[in-house]
Amino acid sequence: MTGLWRVAEVVSGVPESETSRTIGLRVDGLMGNLAGQHIDIRLTADDGYSAVRSYSVATAGMDELLEITVDELPDGEVSPYLVRDVAIGDQLEIRGPVGGWFVWRPTDTNPVQLIAGGSGIVPLMSMIRAHEASENPSQFRLLYSLKSPRAGFYREELLTLSRESRKLTVDYVYTREAPPGWPAAPQRLTAEVLLASILPADPAPDIFICGQTVFVETVAEWLVQAGYPAASIKTERFGGTGGTR
Amino acid sequence: MGIISSGFHGKRPSGNPALPPGQYETASFPVLSAGPAPHIPQNDWEFFITTEAGRRHAWSWEAFMDLPQVDVPTDIHCVTSWSKLGTTWRGVSLDTLFEDVETSCGYTTAHSYGGYTTNVPLPDLLGGRSWVVWEFDGEPLERAHGGPARLLVPHLYFWKSAKWVNGLELTPADIPGFWESNGYHVHGDPWREERYS
Repeated sequence: MTGLWRVAEVVSGVPESETSRTIGLRVDGLMGNLAGQHIDIRLTADDGYSAVRSYSVATAGMDELLEITVDELPDGEVSPYLVRDVAIGDQLEIRGPVGGWFVWRPTDTNPVQLIAGGSGIVPLMSMIRAHEASENPSQFRLLYSLKSPRAGFYREELLTLSRESRKLTVDYVYTREAPPGWPAAPQRLTAEVLLASILPADPAPDIFICGQTVFVETVAEWLVQAGYPAASIKTERFGGTGGTR
Repeated sequence: MGIISSGFHGKRPSGNPALPPGQYETASFPVLSAGPAPHIPQNDWEFFITTEAGRRHAWSWEAFMDLPQVDVPTDIHCVTSWSKLGTTWRGVSLDTLFEDVETSCGYTTAHSYGGYTTNVPLPDLLGGRSWVVWEFDGEPLERAHGGPARLLVPHLYFWKSAKWVNGLELTPADIPGFWESNGYHVHGDPWREERYS
């Protein structure tokens, strides 16, 4: 069994940063998705050659509509086509949404700490959106580690949410270039900065970390050392291949 | 053939018969796991096999290293579509570990330090098809990749090759493990693209 491939129509395409694009897809018969899930996308060339990659969904529970944000990888096979070439009205094949582990459900009651490195924000954004759209009162906090302000995804939406939402706090760490007037000089994320920017270990929040492997490994290690229960930490990694997620 | 994406050419690394359908080749070794990597000193490590009769076979690191060690050249295939060809591992064959094990069970659940589980039918583990390995390409297995030791079942998708493996529980029925309960296929044969449930 390979799972079912189905046809998705591209209904929108908006630049998200200098290297990325958010693509809206409509899939007939899709019954929404859980926050944090991913889809597989298959591209087929005119001679039948095809390539498949996984992309996290940035939205949740929108029935037949979903959005992904694709970051173009310098040596990528699928991402350059999705970021530069695919056009509104085009059809793609998708499989999924998939995944039952790295997901947040509106019935979850624990406070939630999200930690994103770069484009690792995508599945975490779907959790933020699902949380905001729900009556769920639990506290969400996002720590978003970025190379520079220009590399940020969902900037306006996160800015608005961080001003207006009573149940979401957003913190940024800039590693190479900070915005003008930013109180801290750009630096790599340290354990001290991390621990000062997240929900405390007691009561233990559900923690979701997504980013490149080294980022995820390092952050998860610091959290365990600081007393956050390993069982409360869920991770999703990409990178190393220039390919997956 | 499905939908054609005009203008898409791809990289076409394939035509390589070693690549299962839907896989692409990578030279790096990506890490995928569900949570933080546990720390297991060799002195605290053991490998067990438990049977339906309640019998428990167990090896300390030392006892495990005294067993016959073999080199395993093989390809590995991750469900997220990357394959890594021509890897070499070193460890102990499950045939060796099962020599004194008596069971009528047809299935196993692999248990890992940290709580991960995955189910593998017993016939997929025997007959020179799986190993408990502690060396990768001539170096001790890194913690991120499952060190001190992991299961290696290379003819199935790589999530079946449980990192930080602690032991095998023989079971009369096929009981879905961690990923198998979270949307992934109960068996996971890459040549049949058994990716998702």
